[in-house]
Amino acid sequence: MIAHLLRRLLISLLLLAAMSFLTFWLMHATPGNFFDSLKLNPQISAQTIADYEKLYHLKDPLVVQYGHWLLNVCRGEFGYSFYYNVPAGHIIASRLWNTFILSLTSLLLTWGLAIPLGIWAALRHGRMADGVLSFLSFAAFSAPPFFLAMLLLYAVSQWGILPLGGMHSAGYDRMPFVDKLIDVARHLVIPAVVLSLASIASLQRLMRGNMLAQLRQQYILAARAKGLPETEVIYRHALRNAFNPMVTLLGYEFASLLSGAALVEIVCSWPGLGMLMLTAVRSKDVYVVMASMLMGGVLLLLGNLLADFLLVWVDPRIRYGAKK
Amino acid sequence: MHITLEAFGRHKAALACFWVLVALYAAAAFAPVLAPYHFADEERGYSYCPPTPVEFLDNGRLAAPFVYGRQLTFDENHRRVYLIDKTKKYPLRFLGGGRLFTVEEPGRLYILGADSRGRDLFSRLLYGARISLSIGLLGVLISFGLGLLIGGIAGYYGGVADAFLMRTCEMFMLVPGFYLMLALRSAVPDNFNSVQVYLMVVVILSLIGWASLARVIRGMALSLRERDYVSAAKLLGLPDMVIIVRHILPHTIAYSLVAIMLTIPGYILGEAGLSLLGLGIQDPVPSWGNLLSESMGIVHIPFAPWILLPGLFIFVTVVCFNVVGDALRDALDPMMKEI
Repeated sequence: MIAHLLRRLLISLLLLAAMSFLTFWLMHATPGNFFDSLKLNPQISAQTIADYEKLYHLKDPLVVQYGHWLLNVCRGEFGYSFYYNVPAGHIIASRLWNTFILSLTSLLLTWGLAIPLGIWAALRHGRMADGVLSFLSFAAFSAPPFFLAMLLLYAVSQWGILPLGGMHSAGYDRMPFVDKLIDVARHLVIPAVVLSLASIASLQRLMRGNMLAQLRQQYILAARAKGLPETEVIYRHALRNAFNPMVTLLGYEFASLLSGAALVEIVCSWPGLGMLMLTAVRSKDVYVVMASMLMGGVLLLLGNLLADFLLVWVDPRIRYGAKK
Repeated sequence: MHITLEAFGRHKAALACFWVLVALYAAAAFAPVLAPYHFADEERGYSYCPPTPVEFLDNGRLAAPFVYGRQLTFDENHRRVYLIDKTKKYPLRFLGGGRLFTVEEPGRLYILGADSRGRDLFSRLLYGARISLSIGLLGVLISFGLGLLIGGIAGYYGGVADAFLMRTCEMFMLVPGFYLMLALRSAVPDNFNSVQVYLMVVVILSLIGWASLARVIRGMALSLRERDYVSAAKLLGLPDMVIIVRHILPHTIAYSLVAIMLTIPGYILGEAGLSLLGLGIQDPVPSWGNLLSESMGIVHIPFAPWILLPGLFIFVTVVCFNVVGDALRDALDPMMKEI
């Protein structure tokens, strides 16, 4: 199994490198790249430009430039941010962590709510509660996340119970540790809820469908016939089998979560990777754009890998790479 | 097909949503006629003017439709307040200057309120629909063309071509969609005109969307190529491309149709997201995304809640596409309906 996963990881990394080359090429090939604007900036001396050109091998062919960039990335150097005037790696690290916190919270929120809701709806199949939940989840699934974020921010601004955007309150640095945690958690509520809502809706539907399919199986009839209590039939037998296909979705969910997180971060001004990438794109800060994209890919890769492991853990029947 | 249409017709909600979509697309097509103003027609004196109701009663007597004038004043907090000036009446003018209805100058008709520059939101929503709704269709058509062709080729030939094409697909799916979108956007020069920007958004969205479809079509083609009629076509000496396009791909049409319906919302949201951030369609050309960017800072929402309307339009469109797509799937695949 380990060999199989390693092989997949290797292929993915190679593909990620190919993808980064594609963007690298696109960014340098199109007119009006960032060095042109640097050259036009009267505050930057010709010497600095020459230094940059030497440092990033800008006179060399594109493939060589890319090679140097990739080598540096492997050493953990992501190039320089011309917008923030610090090495790109410095900004990326903290932003990556913030995005990770947001995604993880949403993931936990999603699964913690969607699975019980799905089971609950399946057990009330065909009744009012099921219908209402179906309707609500359809609406939630279709709501544009950025619009939802605006509505929530607006509602909160009227009530004044939660902070509006950002990640820290003023004076965060002087707070004791516990207060710091509470402060971040309070800022986290809106983006996490917005981000989770659509996934909760779709996962809930899937869980409900799986559960209904399992409850119609013969083994459930057998379990009931031999007089098992209903809770045992549902939670011991039906649930386990219904939950299995959900795990394969975990990686996929993670992808949409990361992608959705970027836009929600920006609307809620959560200082994450998506927000960083936006400012970088706006200011043509190439190395930060490249690094953010790469990190987005790496996060996704880790999510998929985690899903693969979980699948084996949940379902012992699955063997990767074993011959039939 | 007939049975499918009948099954679809029984789904009342889907039918209603279908007609809502038809109405939206028709409104977009006839925007220059339906809108009282051009999208860039601004009147700075009417910044965030609230909706002006059309009056039919003049002193309790039925009259030709007109609107009252507006008087801008400021309250004690220096907030804008538009008082209704009942001494000034501006009658509606029908079919003047190629527009269905507008109002006599210097009166202004704001059916859904005005934006920060005093432009009519209703007109801008109509013009914006042209961009937001067409980008979804165009993007889906391009990426489905790509996805069908590449998936078909990969599945039909198998082997090295399959491996190469599928790795390419995975490459595009490896980076979260929004990050990829931003990265592609950053490669585009800033000095594009509005047509170029429009095409750029279409291309970016299609580049992101084709991969997942190609993978599914490839799986279908993989099994379809084993069918007898494909062998027969080969024996007849038909070229490979003809077999793929005329004999394999038509069998994926049911799936593709449903997938198209269910992916269009993604494209509409993608455009809205890009334009919302100022990276897509640029002001003064309206799209639902950049119209919504007025509410980004939320400070103006309490005084001018109508600036949230573009979001509502996006929401309704997405809901309709999802409902229609779902019903279409049920109609095409009666077995699925059980669950």
